[in-house]
Amino acid sequence: MADSFPFELVSPERLLVSEQVEAVVLPGSEGEMTIMAHHAPLMTTLKPGVIRVRGGAGAETRYLAFGGFADITPEGCTVLAEAAIPAEQFSRADLDARIAAVQAELDAAEDDHHRTKLEEFLSNLSHIESHINS
Amino acid sequence: MPSLKDLRNRISSVKATQKITKAMQMVAAAKLRRAQEAAEAARPYSARMASVLANIAQAAAGEGDAPTLMTGTGQEQTHLLIVCTAERGLAGGFNAQIVRLAREHIRRLLAEGKTVKILAVGKKGVDMLRRDYVNLIIDRIDLREVKTLGFVDADRIAKRVIGLFNEGQFDVATLFYSEFKSVIAQIPTAQRIIPAAAPAAAAEVSATPAGTAAAVYEYEPDANAILEDLIPRNIAVQIFRALLENAASEQGARMSAMDNATRNAGDMINRLTLSYNRQRQAQITKELIEIISGAEAL
Repeated sequence: MADSFPFELVSPERLLVSEQVEAVVLPGSEGEMTIMAHHAPLMTTLKPGVIRVRGGAGAETRYLAFGGFADITPEGCTVLAEAAIPAEQFSRADLDARIAAVQAELDAAEDDHHRTKLEEFLSNLSHIESHINS
Repeated sequence: MPSLKDLRNRISSVKATQKITKAMQMVAAAKLRRAQEAAEAARPYSARMASVLANIAQAAAGEGDAPTLMTGTGQEQTHLLIVCTAERGLAGGFNAQIVRLAREHIRRLLAEGKTVKILAVGKKGVDMLRRDYVNLIIDRIDLREVKTLGFVDADRIAKRVIGLFNEGQFDVATLFYSEFKSVIAQIPTAQRIIPAAAPAAAAEVSATPAGTAAAVYEYEPDANAILEDLIPRNIAVQIFRALLENAASEQGARMSAMDNATRNAGDMINRLTLSYNRQRQAQITKELIEIISGAEAL
């Protein structure tokens, strides 16, 4: 049995999760990563995606996060998400609304740098779609 | 001397007003509780954000090319004042206090020969500032349709502010809002958000020799990229916090204002009832005297 560590998932509106877990899979901007206890200090930005939390009993909970960043220390892991929702509460319509909003912003965007960022965001969002129905 | 009928009418109208103020007070109390909960729930995020920011700012400080949102443009010529007020009145001195503080700032900055621009959030602030500084208001943001304050609203304001900054429209941004101390005390506050005042914790940490720094982080992609992402988000968080504090303050101020109004209405009803009874008694006495003196004359 792996060591557990405190994990916190915080969105600006509220604290979603604060518990002891065994492993967390984060959608890092440079690729997915699994965090376990005693991880080296690391700070990373997140892309929109699914956070998978494995609790002590081996049960897995999934959350959808839309960007943010993670602060990882040997003592624990804190995810500051721009917005986060438990996966089961998330619906297709919700995602479509978000995609539409980003698309609208993309159309309005002027400089290329901003545009690239938004396009990336959009593709990540579309990627989430595949996770919802699975 | 008002007639008995006039008095009766006034008493019933004051009673109706009292009912309204009483209802408003109770509504404000319920909303205040919710606003306080929302403010409470947002606290962990901003607290962690502050600690992360302090940590990363220290790491990026060594590299010397921190984003301008953090270091500022190096000038202090043009000031942007973000004045957050309520959408509704009848909240005692709530809006007036914030606007007064903002006005003092504007006057001082103008006296120093600086340029001032105002971004007004909330209808009441616009109405009050429009009287004196109509040409300084560059934009206004309405939150009237917003039922429950979400992070997206704060994010919208933050995006607008950052957009203006990137266009070089201003050098320094200050946020005006009312901090919630208690139901009877709300303190109008001015907070500088751009350039981000270096968090106090960062100053302390960097004072210690670099070798003893607690955690040597690895950054992915790298410290500056994260910082670039983080600073705008931090501004949004600060604005969000200010909006939440403001919402709680507004309800608190309204609650105590309506409590006062209800009490005043009660006093007024007592006074009016007293004079109504007196007058009624006077009239009865008068009629009696008339009857008695009429009987004596016979």
